[in-house]
Formats: sequence, structure tokens, C-alpha cells
Amino acid sequence: MKAMLTAFVAIAVIAVGANMILSQAGFSAQDRVSSDSVRLD
Amino acid sequence: MYRSLMALLICLAFVTPSHAQEAATPDRSATGGAQTLEDILARQRGEEVDNSFRSNATGDPDGAAAIASQLGTLGGASDPELWRALRFGSANITASNDGPAATTLIQDGGMRWLTFRQGPLATYGAYLLGGTLLVLALFYLIRGRIRIDGEKTGRKITRFKAVERFGHWLLAGSFILLGVTGLMTLFGRKVLIPAFGHDAFSTLAVGSKWIHNNVSWAFMLALVMIFVMWVVHNLPDRTDINWLLKGGGIFSKGHPPAKKFNAGQKLIFWSVIVLGTSISVSGLALLFPFEINMFAATFGKLNSLGMSGALGLGELRTSLAPHEEMQYAQLWHAIVSFVLMAIIFAHIYIGSVGMEGAYDAMGTGDVEEQWAREHHSIWVEEVEAEQASTSKAATPAE
Repeated sequence: MKAMLTAFVAIAVIAVGANMILSQAGFSAQDRVSSDSVRLD
Repeated sequence: MYRSLMALLICLAFVTPSHAQEAATPDRSATGGAQTLEDILARQRGEEVDNSFRSNATGDPDGAAAIASQLGTLGGASDPELWRALRFGSANITASNDGPAATTLIQDGGMRWLTFRQGPLATYGAYLLGGTLLVLALFYLIRGRIRIDGEKTGRKITRFKAVERFGHWLLAGSFILLGVTGLMTLFGRKVLIPAFGHDAFSTLAVGSKWIHNNVSWAFMLALVMIFVMWVVHNLPDRTDINWLLKGGGIFSKGHPPAKKFNAGQKLIFWSVIVLGTSISVSGLALLFPFEINMFAATFGKLNSLGMSGALGLGELRTSLAPHEEMQYAQLWHAIVSFVLMAIIFAHIYIGSVGMEGAYDAMGTGDVEEQWAREHHSIWVEEVEAEQASTSKAATPAE
């Protein structure tokens, strides 16, 4: 039971971590599609 | 007389093209090489139309009139020819944005994809999952719960260590989340929007997308974990043939001998590994749009191996627009996921309500000795032999 709950917590931690890393990884549509001279934010 | 002759000639002028349309290669001289009514009707009937007469008719820059002469500025291609080049993806395009698919201005795979996704994919996918649940319910009604036959000993054997159970639940938890959110995405427009409205579904869709995109990493990590931990125990051997021939003892008295994993569990393991990997790769292609294009290359291999012909698919297209790569990735992702979900329904059933004592293996990790003897007799002997050898080694010499 402890292993199961730890795994479920790990899923949440991995998901939040993945979201943080991926948003910095430069693969968003805005990063991929626009050039440096485009200001979107 | 003159009038009658003219009328006859006009009639013949209408008759001639209709004869030409029946030929194998349509005569398009009446339209100056452009598509004919028969081409359009054939396409509307869903027949395969050889479009090369259009896709190749994109003008001839070499034969262009000089820039200063009449019609010279178009560079040897008329407007219709330019549009044809755009429509068939052969135009030389420079785009100011630098996205991976920026130079594909027109692609016609979208409607085929949309119709298949909303039609056969959703329908047969739902039938598969519903049918599996029905079969499992029927199985439960006919066979009932598979009980431990012998007297329970009260002694426990450790079947899975904490790290193994962690890997299993990491995979299981993430798979259920991905399955539910994936189904919500697929059935959004057809089922959820009509049922709950656009506003409610918008919240669901945004949440589903976040969960599906980010939990996928836990699934991929867990897939690697269980592969590394259990592959040794899941290699096929002689005991599997006997186990399969006896149908796992599901409908008979007594249980065929099995090692740590019986043949049924090995089938589940390899289904999860193979289908899970395929889902992961197609999922990565969807997660990083236009970065991973594998379908054109795969179709090329299938063609050269003759497999597409053997499967009755004909020659598969090896030149795909970037969007079509994504469309195929989405369809493949969903089809394989439906199959794995159906298999996992059966796995969840037999690991919970379907068999007495099975859940303990992944719950506490310790199973009833009698259960282990009945379902994994060879494994119990191996564990006992190992325990005997360690206790002998631990006994001090006299």
C-alpha cells in the first residue's frame, strides 16, 4: 500500500516537474514558430 | 438541310466526350487537360483518381515568356498552375515564420483524418472497450471468482519487493490517468460537449491536456523500470507451452506449473512493453509537433517488404505533409491505446475481483503460500531452495 501511494505521489511530482522543464525547453509553438525579432509576450 | 446537319454535329459533339469518359485513361482534350466531370464524379463516389495530370501541371518556368513581354511576369506558370503547385505541395515557398510546417500551405489529409477519428476510430474503440467489459462480466458470472483450492497456510511469501510494486503502480496510475484523459480528448466533441456543454468541456479539456502531456513522462519512466526489473522473468520457456495448452487451468481442476510469471502474465508483460513503447513513441511525436516524422519512412519500409500489399493496403504513400505525419501519429496512438486498454481491463479484473489472493502480490507484496503453490509452483520451489541454501550458509560450522 505504501509503495502504491508513493508511486501516485511520484506521478504528481513527475508531472509538475515535466511541465516546468518542458515550458523551459524551447519547444512551445511560440519558440518554434517565431524568430528572435518577434515579440509575443 | 444545313440546319439538320448542324443539329447532328452539335449532338455528336456532346456524345463524343461521353464515349471518351468510359476509356481507362480519360480523354481530357475537351477540357484542355483540366479535370472532367467524370473525374469529379469519380472522386465524389469515393473512387481513387490518379491526380498526376493535375499535380504535374504546374507550369514550365523554362518555357516562360520574357519578363518584359505579355504574361511574362508569371514566370511560365499561370495562376491555376501556381495554385495546383500549392495544393499538391510542390510550390517553392519561402515563409517569414520558421515553424517546421510553415511552408506547407495546403494539405488535404485533414478531412480523411477527421472523418476516421470521429467515425470508425471512436465507434470501434468504444465497441472494443465495452465488449471487453461485457466479456469479463460474463466470465465472472460463468466462472465466478477463482478461489484458492487448498487449505490456507497463513504463511506468506514475498512476491514483489517495494521497488517492484512502486514501478508497477507508477505505470498503472499513470496509465489510468492517461487512458481517462485520452478518452476525454477523443470523445470530447462527439459525447462530452453534447452532454455537458462547451463551457464545462473547456475546463475538462484544458485539465485533460495538462495531465495527458505531463503524466506521460511517469508512464515512460515506469515502462523502462518494469522492463529492466522483469524482463528476465518474462523470457519464454517450455513451461509456457504446457500452461497455454491447459488454458492456464482457468476452466479445469488443478493448475499447470509456472515460474514467477506464467504464460498469461508474460503475454500481458510483452503487450505492455511493445504496445506501451509504440504508444510512447507516437505520443512523443504528438508532444513535439512536426519534430518526429516516422510514418512516411515506415510506409516506405512496409512497401519494400511487400507487407502493405499482403495486408491489402496497396502501395502506401511515402510522401506525407508534416500535418499528415501528425494525423497518422494521432490515429496510431489512439488505436494502439485502445488495444492496450482492453488488455489492461482483463489484467485489472484477474488481479482484483477475478482471483482470490492475487491482489496481495501488488498490495502488500506478500502472498499466501498456498496461493503461490497453486499458481506459481516452480517459483515457490525456487524460493524455498534459495531460503534453504542461505539458512545453511548462515548456520555456523560446528
